[in-house]
Amino acid sequence: MTAKSKDELLHDHNHDGVDRRGFLKCMAWAGTGAFCVMQGGVLKSYSMSQMSQVASKVTAGQLSFVQISDSHMGFNKAANPDVVGTLKAAVDKVNALSTPAEFMLHTGDITHLSKPEEFDTVDQILKSATPKDIFYVPGEHDMLNDDGKQYLERYGKNTKGAGWFSFDKKGVHFIGLVNVLNLKAGGLGTLGHDQLEWMEDDVKHLKSSTPIVVFAHIPLWSVYPEWGWGTEDSAQALAYLKKFGSVTVLNGHIHQTMQKVEGNVTFHTAASTAFPQPEPGKAPSPGPMKVPAEQLKSVLGITDVNYVHGQHALAVVDSSLA
Amino acid sequence: MRRVVSTAVLLATTFGVAFAGLQAGAGNLTAAAQQKPDMTEVKIDNFSFGPAELKVAVGTTVTWTNRDDIPHTAVSTDKTFKSKVLDTDEKFSFTFSKPGTYEYFCSIHPKMTGKVVVQ
Repeated sequence: MTAKSKDELLHDHNHDGVDRRGFLKCMAWAGTGAFCVMQGGVLKSYSMSQMSQVASKVTAGQLSFVQISDSHMGFNKAANPDVVGTLKAAVDKVNALSTPAEFMLHTGDITHLSKPEEFDTVDQILKSATPKDIFYVPGEHDMLNDDGKQYLERYGKNTKGAGWFSFDKKGVHFIGLVNVLNLKAGGLGTLGHDQLEWMEDDVKHLKSSTPIVVFAHIPLWSVYPEWGWGTEDSAQALAYLKKFGSVTVLNGHIHQTMQKVEGNVTFHTAASTAFPQPEPGKAPSPGPMKVPAEQLKSVLGITDVNYVHGQHALAVVDSSLA
Repeated sequence: MRRVVSTAVLLATTFGVAFAGLQAGAGNLTAAAQQKPDMTEVKIDNFSFGPAELKVAVGTTVTWTNRDDIPHTAVSTDKTFKSKVLDTDEKFSFTFSKPGTYEYFCSIHPKMTGKVVVQ
């Protein structure tokens, strides 16, 4: 066995693309530099140290894009007094990617308090990003006080309802969802009837071989309901995606990277560009986590996603800002 | 033991409020109007309302103060009251003029819930 094959997991007993050992290994790496890729329905995982070996083969896909999340412009507490600086560092990271990103997704909490000047600052900083197209979904911090009116004025062009939409890029179908409005006491994130109905219709006529990327702010899987880290009606949304062979779900909200594979669906959460939050249940509350200043950039980051046409491969790579 | 103590405190508070009410009723109208209204505080800390359940007399003003680094709200489920978004150290006050049980939550973090019982 070569050194390389030790880190490739090719067992697929259920033919569902999930290997228990591979899944656990991926989980263990999450947050420290995991690289997991679906290829021909088989989950392969590599450590970041082997990235150079696989980079040319796997990551040089036909579609490369970047996810950034939770910029919280306007936040100025101890956990990060300079969210402008760290967002700029994230943009620098995006601009330095070896495979240039064609566009960016921002998975919400663009601002901390939905203030016009906070949105303006983010827009200004993101202008220096190489990818010119940026697709947004809102976080709860972007729709404070006005049920999203201002957000929709800024980013709602070509969207439906509270800001949901879909688009296609090189054969991949992207669906941006809004799960931060009309939250009920005691509950989790919510998509709501209208959005679910739209989504069912949106994917109905797609071929099952179409790779799907769903992105939304609050995780669409139950990360930690005790802290509200989940979405009430996400099961319904995922049910509409059962026929598809490759589904990648990208979320933010929890300010840390995490990955989970369930059948045909790979769930992934991105790091924040502003401040980290504790691991589920590891603190009294999910509030901003203060780390020593010199460590801050190592717990913030961007997510780089590559799709290789014909291989059903979506490679999700997290890089810290350090 | 803790339960006994807190019940005792609660009883004392209830009697105190009732006694204050009697005094106000006995005084003349001007004096009553000048008297400081009853006030109670709820602290928002670590993504929770403290105390989560509060019993107050009719006419009491409850003030919520956000002690977290993250904004929160206090919104009653029946829409009787709705704070604006409270950033760190910001406050919201509401005077309860009718008896009843008012359940409320943070509309940004709906796992945060609380209750004000007005008697």
